[in-house]
Amino acid sequence: MDMTGQMVLANRLTDGHTVFLAADGSWVEAIAGGALASDQATAERLLATAQLAESRNVVVEPYLIGVRSEGGQRCPVSFRESIRADGPTVRTDFAAER
Amino acid sequence: MYRYDEFDHTLVAERIATFRRQVHRRLSGELTEDQFKPLRLMNGLYLQLHAYMLRVNIPYGCLSSRQLRQLAFIARRYDRNFGHFTTRQNIQYNWIKLDETPDVLAALAEVEMNAMQSSGNCVRNITADQFAGRARDEIEDPRPWCELIRQWSILHPEFSYLPRKFKIAVSGAASDRAAVKLHDVGLYLRRNADGVIGFEVIVGGGQGRLPYVGHTIREWLAKDDLFSYLEAILRIYNLGGRRDNPQKARIKVQVNALGPEEFRRLVDEEWAAIRHSELLAVPGAEIERITAYFADPAWETLPDAAAVLSRQCATDPAFDAWYRTNVVEHRTPGYAIVNLSLKSPGIAPGDLTADQMDRVADLADRFSLGEVRVSHRQNLVFPDVRQTDLHALWQALQAISLATPNIGKLTDIIACPGLDFCALANARAIPVAQDIGRHFGDPAVLQDIGELTINISGCMNACGHHHVGHIGILGVEKNGEEFYQLTLGGSSAEDASLGDRLGRGIPAAEVPVAIEAIVNSYRDLRQADERFLDTYRRVGMEPFKEAVYGDSPEHRRSVA
Repeated sequence: MDMTGQMVLANRLTDGHTVFLAADGSWVEAIAGGALASDQATAERLLATAQLAESRNVVVEPYLIGVRSEGGQRCPVSFRESIRADGPTVRTDFAAER
Repeated sequence: MYRYDEFDHTLVAERIATFRRQVHRRLSGELTEDQFKPLRLMNGLYLQLHAYMLRVNIPYGCLSSRQLRQLAFIARRYDRNFGHFTTRQNIQYNWIKLDETPDVLAALAEVEMNAMQSSGNCVRNITADQFAGRARDEIEDPRPWCELIRQWSILHPEFSYLPRKFKIAVSGAASDRAAVKLHDVGLYLRRNADGVIGFEVIVGGGQGRLPYVGHTIREWLAKDDLFSYLEAILRIYNLGGRRDNPQKARIKVQVNALGPEEFRRLVDEEWAAIRHSELLAVPGAEIERITAYFADPAWETLPDAAAVLSRQCATDPAFDAWYRTNVVEHRTPGYAIVNLSLKSPGIAPGDLTADQMDRVADLADRFSLGEVRVSHRQNLVFPDVRQTDLHALWQALQAISLATPNIGKLTDIIACPGLDFCALANARAIPVAQDIGRHFGDPAVLQDIGELTINISGCMNACGHHHVGHIGILGVEKNGEEFYQLTLGGSSAEDASLGDRLGRGIPAAEVPVAIEAIVNSYRDLRQADERFLDTYRRVGMEPFKEAVYGDSPEHRRSVA
């Protein structure tokens, strides 16, 4: 398992759902669709884009998370963020799209 | 049950209209999140890990079947077909959309419910004994007083911006089923030496990072003085409570920093100045008006059905186990109080689906005069069931998985939503509860273990009341992994105590085995009918530490 980069995660304003910033500036629920920054400068640019979206009332509380690759899939490094990305572990019927 | 009057209806309707405008301004960008957050919190709306969460007040845990059906409708229409009953007798929805929240509040208002002050630094939902008005050990029904306190505290102009949240619980029974001593203010209805009923006033209890059992600052307070005395307490707290540090802003910190004697002196000084204020004197007619809402229902005159029940228990062991565990004596002959366990194996403690809510509402109409109660242990209660209906009710509850015979037993676990839902949590709580439930699935074993509470919190905020579980479990995060610290000897009852830490945290997978080791030790050590808690208080920590940690180096060091 390698650290592969950083992504921006936030709550969408309208429904509070966990969303990832995509490369085109949109917000997506699937971690696979989010933009992955492999260096710090890119990560900071992503965060700046997200903060602009926050000021435009698209999302709430965006922040950077570490992401690694596991079995060909992106997984947040932090357990907390993996639950945010995947949904409650006790309700797999609510699992987020990967 | 209490019914809204024109003032209640108007107040709630105006509040919803205001919040609808605030939501619109937030969505249009007129309000920033920093500006909006305190407004949404005042209406019970949190932003959690996956979505908005709405906490709805269930005043003193009382619900009509009509209200429960509306909660089911909301779960189905605006959420994901379920709700979660909390340790403060509220219900939480986990997937509410911001723009639909005013509609949810309007739907609640249709059945005289609201989410006002279910969050924020104000007086929260007033909680009570879930058996209020029905318990045999009660000297007076606390619900009219809860309702009066609710009306006094709702939108109170002086106490809407307290240093921190403020929780009040009231009980009129000898057995404390409402964790009264763990509240900012706890009230027990008590008789004085002359036999007159008033209040014992307890202040400064609470859990969280700094847990305290409350201190009695007045052994007996006349009912006429209740609101002036509460006003005095809140004033001393509002003026002197710490606003510089949210971790130290609860009244418990103030009370314990000053000492209960000094806190009492300050309250008495303030009270002397306002005691005779007309504004704080509740007219007797108003008390009578409120009390009338809680008058006894039209119970039938029924014979005691002991003989019938004995026959049913003798011929049906499963019914017998449920009857002995989940059914409680009612103060009226021929009736019983029935606990509905929301702790069936594999289910998140306190969760109820929309379909179950509808079915429970139907059963409440058929078997319990249309009323349901919510307990702080995250179960439901039918307060008025004919003894002769118990067997039929049990069968109906079995069909919807609400007849697990485990009330007060090891698998009747309190658990907060934990890291599966909560933005504050450090570790998960629900899966730990589910694992323990599966590990101790044999009803006969549960019966043999007897009364034993397990409470699980996913962080130090202690929403899962871990400090006062006979066995408490606190989830912590260490280097990205979840560990669980066990405490022993807590109690939220009239013999309230805080648990003592057993030792180092253990991984989630080891928790059920550790609980089993503790329980096996207890079964070896207990004398006669001694509860786990009593055995622990008699023998202390060491045998249980030995049972869990064995001859590990850490344990040897701690023994040495």
